[in-house]
Amino acid sequence: MSDEDIVFEVDDLRIHAIRDDGSELPIVKGVDFQVKRGEVVALIGESGSGKTTISLSALGYCKPGLKFAGGAARLLGQDVTGMTTEELRPYRGERVAYLAQSAAATFNPSIKINEQVTEAPVLHGTKTQEEANKKALALYRALELPNPDTIGDRYPHQVSGGQLQRLMAAMALCGDPDLLVLDEPTTALDVTTQIEVLKAFKKVIKEEGAAAIYVTHDLAVVAQIADYIVVLYHGEIQEKGPTDTIINNPKHPYTKRLMAAVRPTPAAGQGDEDTGDHGREVPALEVRDVTAGYGKGPRGGPLVTILRDINLSIERGSSVGIIGESGCGKSTLARVMSGLLPAAEGDVLLDGKSMRASYRSRSRDNLRKVQFVYQMADTALNPRQRIGDILGRPLEFYHGLRGKKKRERVAELLTLVDLRPEFAQRLPHELSGGQKQRVNLARALAAEPEVMLCDEVTSALDSIVGANVIELLKRLRRETGVSFVFISHDLSTVASFADEIVVLYAGRVAEKGPTDQVLSPPYHPYTRLLISSVPEMRVGWLEESMQTREALAGIARGVKITDIGCPFFERCPLAIEGTCDKVDPPSRKDGSGHVIECHREISELGG
Amino acid sequence: MLSLIVQRLLIGVVTVFAVSLIIFICTQWLPGDAAEIRLGQSATEANKAALRAELGLDKPLAVQYMNWATNFLQGDLGKSLAGDRSISESIGDRYQSTVTVSVLTAAIGIPLSLFLGIMAAMFPSTLYDRILTFVSVSLVAVPDFFTATLMVLIFVFAWDAVFGFQLANVVVIGNTQDMGVFELVGHYALPIATLCFVIASQVIRMTRAAVLNVMSSPYIEMAILKGVPRKRIILRHALLNAIGPIVNVIALNLAYLVSGVVVIEVYFAYNGLATFMVQGVQQRDFILVQSIGMLFCATYVILMLIADIASIVSNPRLRHPK
Repeated sequence: MSDEDIVFEVDDLRIHAIRDDGSELPIVKGVDFQVKRGEVVALIGESGSGKTTISLSALGYCKPGLKFAGGAARLLGQDVTGMTTEELRPYRGERVAYLAQSAAATFNPSIKINEQVTEAPVLHGTKTQEEANKKALALYRALELPNPDTIGDRYPHQVSGGQLQRLMAAMALCGDPDLLVLDEPTTALDVTTQIEVLKAFKKVIKEEGAAAIYVTHDLAVVAQIADYIVVLYHGEIQEKGPTDTIINNPKHPYTKRLMAAVRPTPAAGQGDEDTGDHGREVPALEVRDVTAGYGKGPRGGPLVTILRDINLSIERGSSVGIIGESGCGKSTLARVMSGLLPAAEGDVLLDGKSMRASYRSRSRDNLRKVQFVYQMADTALNPRQRIGDILGRPLEFYHGLRGKKKRERVAELLTLVDLRPEFAQRLPHELSGGQKQRVNLARALAAEPEVMLCDEVTSALDSIVGANVIELLKRLRRETGVSFVFISHDLSTVASFADEIVVLYAGRVAEKGPTDQVLSPPYHPYTRLLISSVPEMRVGWLEESMQTREALAGIARGVKITDIGCPFFERCPLAIEGTCDKVDPPSRKDGSGHVIECHREISELGG
Repeated sequence: MLSLIVQRLLIGVVTVFAVSLIIFICTQWLPGDAAEIRLGQSATEANKAALRAELGLDKPLAVQYMNWATNFLQGDLGKSLAGDRSISESIGDRYQSTVTVSVLTAAIGIPLSLFLGIMAAMFPSTLYDRILTFVSVSLVAVPDFFTATLMVLIFVFAWDAVFGFQLANVVVIGNTQDMGVFELVGHYALPIATLCFVIASQVIRMTRAAVLNVMSSPYIEMAILKGVPRKRIILRHALLNAIGPIVNVIALNLAYLVSGVVVIEVYFAYNGLATFMVQGVQQRDFILVQSIGMLFCATYVILMLIADIASIVSNPRLRHPK
């Protein structure tokens, strides 16, 4: 292997954070690795492991507040760590290109897509505008974007998230860079979209012959795309080696822990075991024929209908998982249950008794019994209140506790979520993401609810932290007997916690039933698509699934909320023209509580 | 987007209507009516009644309002209570000098302060930025007559002491008809300079803050990582997204130039609308106060409308909905 094949090399790289008082805190502590031409190197680790910081060193860039403190980052043999912005300009966008996590935030909302895609090579003078346009068009085609001829004339808000993510890849590749830096480019996407984007990335990287650094915390994704893995923890390399070796034979304990935290691909037999002595009485919470949406339309109905004819019940002490792609209405359903969004039609029943639609007119006792836990613990906790006050408010409001009694109960609650009682004195920003989410759960538990609505509570957390929160939820459920509604776009997470699953598609229930049955045949065609889109942690899975997936036409097609027929019609491989698009699907039941809304017979949906 | 603009226009019309109602009703609440004020306390009831009939004050309130409003729309602002002169006429030259000063100030001050603000955002925390921030904060903090005094001290007295002549007139008097733009600028040099400082300090600070705010967004970081030069990042990537707040602060400052410059007008002894308004209040000439109040209201509404429409048009999300 000659030196010319090394596109990028970090050599004992050190990066320090500058604290407010001017002192320095090392966050990357002497890291070495190489990226060779045509090779994809994955940097994996939790947040705080320094993986993004290291990857940005390839562009000679430090986030504000950081600085290079030693070692070298050599791009094509040139150390870029000491260069000024002016010296770096010829490299950036030309020799090395960056793809960020959120394309929605990375595209300038006021400039048309094509200008942004072609900007770098045109500015650097390596391509004329026409040449760049031609290259961009070829990339739009290669990335399988719809309407490649005209998509560049749109503004970023006019295309979908998955498309924007692929357009960002076009932006990065337009200048024919030698090195691509991909920073969690699929993390924010739904599984069905993620697989599309991964596929496109892999193909384009191969075709363009570029080298790439792929930053992620998702091992299953890494297994699909990387040739070489570098495992990071607290700014230090724990283990590095070829993908096969790391995935199949991890040596370092931290790598093993990361592997263990990967939730197994959803399959039957994972659901939390049902404790048995419940479910015979009235359900804790029941949703009957609920239709809901936003705005006020003509004739009193909502302007935009999000949910249509939803029926489901949450048995006492059970946990129900609600799953679907973004925009399917899962959060809206939780908002309807909590009364934050009054349902336009239908009823929400607590203990068999109908509740008022809006939280404003619900009784305090009703409010107490249904508690909401938000996805972003950061924004759900008041940054200026101490944890003790945050937990004390519901204790005072619902239970009238004050003074010593309140303090004791706060300490109990903190212990319940595995935090030390001293945390009561802290402010939210002094806590880590996982700790904040625990406080968030404790705040909901303070009310002593019957139902907890958990909206994507682990989605913003790293895999290890997220897995711990799931463990906590399981224990809380056993100890408190509270029912959980667990909303997530991540099927694996839901499968590991829920004993019943409701699959939502375009605001309607596609399938529901006990976890084991939903995750095993017969499937609703949409459930099957969801399950098959979850990456498996083995090399070669992406290629295999791409083979079988060709049959499933139109994954990337947008979700349409329809008034008649089955909303999945356009994307369904089993659709019956003339029936599925015209008539509402019947409910297929097998007698054990498993319901599939489909025109196909149960026997056609098996296997 | 069109529906949004039409909506804004309608809101503007409703606002003007509501303000006209408020102004009209408030003047009704004042003790005494036009007939009493004009004829004085010694007038007989019969005389007053005759004048009321002539002025239409004996009609129901709604009819009075309608008459007033329609006359106003046709440009007939009624007769002043203090003299018999038509208000439209006496407002005329006041209006002209106010508009002259405002337009000239805006034409000089706004491009200049946009430029200075953008430069400050381009080189944040440099000496230039610090000095500019210090000066503009100081100018926001001190009252405008202080700035005016400073102008006089520098351009008249200090200039005289150093160069042997006065750069500008301390007091702005004289006929401005037949003057060209440059002569006008010279004529109104001191008020224009003072007002430029007053509005510039605000516009500079808002421009700098709005641009810097955008500069911390991920798409700016992306532009940096694509190797886009800093000048282009500011002018093409950042400024487009900062137009909304900047336009609004400009509109508010323009409205201030029309209605809020009493002190400056008095200081430099030229007759503008704002002093006229104050005179109207002093003389209990509520017909005059009504008219000028409506003029100010219309100015505000029109300027804010322009700002609103500009920020709607500058936002591609509103210009090209999905």
